[in-house]
Amino acid sequence: MIGRPAHSRSGADIFQVRIHGRGGQGVVTAAEILSVAAFLEGDHAQAFPSFGSERMGAPVIAFCRLDDKEIRLREPVMSPDALIVQDPTLLHQVDLFSGLDTRGYLLINTTRRYRDLGLGDYVTKFPPHHICTVAASEWAVEFIGKPLPNAAMLGAFAAITRRVKLDSVQEAIRQKFPGELGDKNAAAAGKAYNTIRTN
Amino acid sequence: MLKQMEGSHAVAEAIALCRPEVICAYPITPQTHIVERLSELVQEGEIGNCQYINVESEFAALSVAIGASAAGARAYTATSSQGLLFMTEAVYNAAGLGLPIVMTIGNRAIGAPINIWNDHSDSMAMRDAGWIQLYAETNQDAIDLHIQAFRLAEQLSVPVMVCEDGFILTHAYERVDMPDRNQVQAYLPPFEPVQILDPEDPVTIGAMVGPEAFAEVRYLSHHKHLQAVEVIPELAAEFAKIFGRDSGGLIQPYRSEDAETVVVALGSVVGTIRDVVDELREDGVSIGAVKVISFRPFPMLALRGALANAKRVIVVEKAFADGLGGIAVGSVRMALRGLTTPIYTIIAGLGGRPITKAALLDAFGAAVRDEIDDPLFLDLNWNVIDTELARAKEKRRSGPIAENVLRDLGLVGGKPV
Repeated sequence: MIGRPAHSRSGADIFQVRIHGRGGQGVVTAAEILSVAAFLEGDHAQAFPSFGSERMGAPVIAFCRLDDKEIRLREPVMSPDALIVQDPTLLHQVDLFSGLDTRGYLLINTTRRYRDLGLGDYVTKFPPHHICTVAASEWAVEFIGKPLPNAAMLGAFAAITRRVKLDSVQEAIRQKFPGELGDKNAAAAGKAYNTIRTN
Repeated sequence: MLKQMEGSHAVAEAIALCRPEVICAYPITPQTHIVERLSELVQEGEIGNCQYINVESEFAALSVAIGASAAGARAYTATSSQGLLFMTEAVYNAAGLGLPIVMTIGNRAIGAPINIWNDHSDSMAMRDAGWIQLYAETNQDAIDLHIQAFRLAEQLSVPVMVCEDGFILTHAYERVDMPDRNQVQAYLPPFEPVQILDPEDPVTIGAMVGPEAFAEVRYLSHHKHLQAVEVIPELAAEFAKIFGRDSGGLIQPYRSEDAETVVVALGSVVGTIRDVVDELREDGVSIGAVKVISFRPFPMLALRGALANAKRVIVVEKAFADGLGGIAVGSVRMALRGLTTPIYTIIAGLGGRPITKAALLDAFGAAVRDEIDDPLFLDLNWNVIDTELARAKEKRRSGPIAENVLRDLGLVGGKPV
């Protein structure tokens, strides 16, 4: 098993992820794919959306728990080990960072700098290798032809958390989207992964 | 075979393995993904000889299932919430006629106020309609209970509801061990009806029964439930032999054997409760839990046995009766009649409010000190309630409660009344 976080607030080895985005950005699908990637590595994983009326553009939250044993807890993820922000226009929403410990991981889909996002001070609290900005929408347009950032964000997640392997993420993406669409999304994930690993 | 999949799709695949001959469906959130997936499986020829019937309402869905079952077909449907209420008359009919239909309930609150989220108000409203009710804790449970449900239904000729928490289970992706076709075939023989509408050997089903025989016919329905108390553990044991895992049965204790405090609950919240029990045990608290799988028939003796040594019992439920309190707690009290064990009720998770480990830790802690409100409405926002009560006291035309509360919470705009 790779990259267990040294800290843990929610149980021995459980790793909790919260994904924020907007309806239509594949937020729920991202949680699902992450759970499949962990499953492919033999882990237990539980992915679920924050349930509500589904509308394009409305804020959406999805959760994923990863563990090497059965996950019994059914509450929403309130203290994430990693927070994935698929849409930077959500950044100043109340409670976006709620429960995120500064020993955790923060991934934001943006091409802007932290200080331009108004997060200059906030991100200094995190270890530098625990935070990253990801040009996920741009890469999605490049590889898929649509600004659907979820695959690239998962590639970035694999790169900075080392909690799942890129191969597993790509395999899970291909299972969800068989054929060319899966290959393109897997390529976007690979681009994000490699960009972050080489930086 | 191990799979990582959505709960709804897992149930749909499990139903397909049970080879239903008629599936009647009307979509309603959060059950929709089950019947959607089943429609694909029927079309792909995965279920063999199966008719998938799109109907015009939930009332029609169950009515068609009744007709199909009476004609000797293995019949299945699924619903939630208002959909279950809309078919209420047919729900009672299916049980009264003794037709072994299996129906999934993707548990969801009932309006008003309109709410699409999870609680147990829907299936609890139908708890005395004569159906057997089994509650799933996990998606694995949901798969296994459905397979056992067909066996149980057909063996006793009684309909069975398998209740699984809407969204929390239906929309959760988790690992399941999907049985293979041969295992299910070995466990679940073809449906052999005890009554059938057969032109070669005509009978009527659904006679009018007057005061001279109604009580006897109704008692015979009760008798099936009493038999089910015996049969359910037998079917679980047989299931374990073929599928290699413990699943089903009447109840499932968790660290409760020597526990001073025992928590009783149904459905997916049992998972969170297990984690809370483990944490409290680490702190030296003598606590355990009992999952009630079969709520109807209610496992009187099994539960009494499991709770006999407890110094106190806490019942956590996702539904309640206005003017009374808990619903399941009444059955728990019945199981413990004659004993003086204090029994506390925690009403939680209404309309999809998350039941958090932190809130349960607090509440169980208070119960262990015998300092808990009874019933306790978990995480209730008393400010909101007090504000509305004050408003109602202040003037006669205080307006609609739901809208007032949403406005007080800043969830909708508009001027106050």
